[in-house]
Amino acid sequence: MRRRTIRSVITFKNASGGSPAFLLFYPFSGKSYLAPEEVSVRKYILKRVLISIVILFFVALIIYILMRCLPTSYLESIAQQKSSQPGAKSYEEWMEQLKSTYGMDKGIISGFFTWLGKALTGNFGDSWKFTVPVVDKFKSVIGVSFVMGFISLILEIVIAIPLGILAAMKQNSKTDYTISVIALAGISLPTFFFASLLKLVFSVKLEWFDLFGLVGRNHAHLDAFGKILDMGHHLVLPIVTLVVISFGSLMRYTRTNMLEVMNSDYIRTARAKGLSERKVIYHHAFRNTLIPIVTIIGGSLPGLFSGALITETLYSVEGIGYVSYQAMTAGDIPFSMFYMTFLAVLTLAGNLIADILYAVVDPRVRIA
Amino acid sequence: MADKNRPDNMDDLKNANVFDNVPATHMNAVPGKATADHVNKLNRQNADGGKSGNGGGFSLNDDRRVKVLSPGALVAKRFFRNRIAMVGLIALLAMFLFSFLGGIISPYSQSQQFYREDMMMKEYASAKESTDLSYDTAPGQQFGGVIQAQLSLALKAGKTEFSTSKGDFEIVEEGPDFYAVKIKNGDEIGIAFKDIISSAGSDDSVSYEYRRAVLKAYTNGEKSFEAEGKSYTLDEDAMIYDDSNKNVGYVSRYIVQAWYPDVFLTKEWKEALIESFDSGEKSFRFTDADGEESEYELTYDPDNLRWIIKQERATHVLDTYSPPSATHWLGTDRNGMDMLTRLMYGGRVSLIIGFIVEFIATAIGVILGGISGYFGGWVDNLIMRIVDVFYCIPSTPILIILGAAMDAMSVEPMIRMVYLMLILGFLGWPGMARLVRGQILSLREQEFMTATEATGLSVRRRIFKHLVPNVIPQLIVSCTMGLGGTIITEATLSFLGLGVKYPFASWGNIINDVTNTYVLTNYWFVWIPAGVLLLVTVLAFNLVGDGLRDAFDPKMKR
Repeated sequence: MRRRTIRSVITFKNASGGSPAFLLFYPFSGKSYLAPEEVSVRKYILKRVLISIVILFFVALIIYILMRCLPTSYLESIAQQKSSQPGAKSYEEWMEQLKSTYGMDKGIISGFFTWLGKALTGNFGDSWKFTVPVVDKFKSVIGVSFVMGFISLILEIVIAIPLGILAAMKQNSKTDYTISVIALAGISLPTFFFASLLKLVFSVKLEWFDLFGLVGRNHAHLDAFGKILDMGHHLVLPIVTLVVISFGSLMRYTRTNMLEVMNSDYIRTARAKGLSERKVIYHHAFRNTLIPIVTIIGGSLPGLFSGALITETLYSVEGIGYVSYQAMTAGDIPFSMFYMTFLAVLTLAGNLIADILYAVVDPRVRIA
Repeated sequence: MADKNRPDNMDDLKNANVFDNVPATHMNAVPGKATADHVNKLNRQNADGGKSGNGGGFSLNDDRRVKVLSPGALVAKRFFRNRIAMVGLIALLAMFLFSFLGGIISPYSQSQQFYREDMMMKEYASAKESTDLSYDTAPGQQFGGVIQAQLSLALKAGKTEFSTSKGDFEIVEEGPDFYAVKIKNGDEIGIAFKDIISSAGSDDSVSYEYRRAVLKAYTNGEKSFEAEGKSYTLDEDAMIYDDSNKNVGYVSRYIVQAWYPDVFLTKEWKEALIESFDSGEKSFRFTDADGEESEYELTYDPDNLRWIIKQERATHVLDTYSPPSATHWLGTDRNGMDMLTRLMYGGRVSLIIGFIVEFIATAIGVILGGISGYFGGWVDNLIMRIVDVFYCIPSTPILIILGAAMDAMSVEPMIRMVYLMLILGFLGWPGMARLVRGQILSLREQEFMTATEATGLSVRRRIFKHLVPNVIPQLIVSCTMGLGGTIITEATLSFLGLGVKYPFASWGNIINDVTNTYVLTNYWFVWIPAGVLLLVTVLAFNLVGDGLRDAFDPKMKR
């Protein structure tokens, strides 16, 4: 899941670069453009938000249609169960009652608008699997996912950016090759295989961590600080997994951008006027490399809430990803609808933030 | 090199429509036009050289002295110089050979299961000490359940007489735990006893008179008795011999029953069993009539107050999780299938799925992206909004939900695989469409496109013969990288049990076994090879993709 979010943001730059309707390159200029620029930024943001809302509407519609077309095996199994109890109503009657309870008796389109109307007021219905309101369940698990995502993002930045710059500085050297291959290996590692390896080494052989779960056996007996430590201890392996499989893309992105900057004219100018290599790199090159990096990191911020579906499932960490996985495999329509809409919102928000940041951070970019 | 290239160039020119042979170059290069100019110039020089040529030697300005490389050859040269990309290419070739050729070479088939003979202790018989009274009715008498019940009550109370609605009865103790019941002052109606008489034959039923005589002698410790006009002897082991000294049966307190109805317990076996009961041993060996010797183990089952006799016998079991050996180089999996062969077929499935998915995604993406980029305007706007919508649909949840739904409908594994490819392909096209559109937008403004318009080529021809070939470098790079991603997605789904299903192998569902912690800990050969193959393949695709991108990019100097 996470992998996809980051990639989608990465491809964004190319996508927008290919559509000059959004971005126009003005010659570098001073403050004279500032006033009209602020107006246009506001207009631009407004336009993008409106487009995003329209897109979101259609995404939700498609997801809803898809969910409704699936066999509602969950309802059927409940109806089966209830009707088999002594003195119970027949299966058909139960099915009808359940369908009307969950709003499944309406047509797809009218059902969608009912769902949408409720969703706009923040009511996503009751989860079938967890038998609590979807939003309540979401609130109880999102914290873990966010903490996990946030810590791994920080680690990713700390590892990927210096390595990317190092690789670019020593282009085509052994260091460059090694770093690039390691980054690619990280990208190519299947999450489940890497997680299994980590479990084998650190949980089974070294017995440093538990195999599953977020809390240890004696969690209930610990004091407040001990509880946090216990949870942190259980989050080590999931975070390591996340960092290793996702730092590669950011590293490669940094390297590519740094190379681009190093080949630009102003770096040649900086060298020509006799600046030290240190100054050239840290004052001129690095700052310009930061522009796309800040953009992409900003764009990936909403993704912190999306949860790491596979990783959480592998380590049985009760975050939004694992809970959604359980809901989805059980055919829990309200929860799945909520989760997928939520992910779509996050993707749109990520692209929006990235677009806006790109326009704001880079003074050369002005919006049409 | 020069000679090899020239005929191609000549053909190009003869074709008149040089644009059809525009070599795929990078987006930033000016395609088509430059190449065409180059070809023209080249040809003119050749023609001059041919006319003024003085036989064998080359003149100074003869282009044959200059090494001419087509852009394609340049790309290939750059690619082959890239050592990392070559490593990736070799790894990929190895994977293909392993998956496609390996399956043919391997002596086993994909779903061939292997068995092994395993010594297992299996329940064979049970023996119970007879603690309840058994009853036998005298010929022509009534000895029903009511009388039996009253009899046992009377025995417990120590009485010698009892009465029921049928009349009054008296009990005669003929020996320890052996009683005869008579109508008061009348005929004997039956006997009650605890010791069991087994006959040597397969038929355990004996006559009343015989049973009574045997029990009478046995319980009173007599060595001989007569019944039905024949005389019998009893030895110390409670064996019964007839007058010709032939063993006809034995008496024992244990009720021995075979565990399975098709097993007949021979007299010798029962003797051996009772012998070990008497000596208090917990196991014994016995050689049956066919000369097969087996080990038997006696365990007491306190719940049912009985002894269970287990036989150690060779059993035909699935050869699961057997460690690597000469016959199975990577051992066997949980179904007793050869791991190496499964890996080969799994690679086939993973690679084929990857290619088909990428093909579907590319086909849809190129068509829609091409139309969108070429026509622009409202068509472009419409298609791009569709792309935006599809881009936002979260693919992993959709795949999981569809997988779970297919589980619920129990779709056949083969059809499931087809669905999986269609869905993955359909979810993959928006990225491809964006890429193609972006490229075409920048390409269509260039002069060679104006030229195609001026020559009056049809729109379809202009898009698919002149624009698309120039996007192909990006497409190849993107597909190569995408293949790796697709393989990972498929493997992840199969790992979760929502993708390729048994009996088909895929690297993902081979590793699936690792969710069993015991396998994770003890059977490395079940999941590590599949994971390594997966990693190597995906990494190789990425390395080759990287190498291709660098090679296609003329700005890259190596």
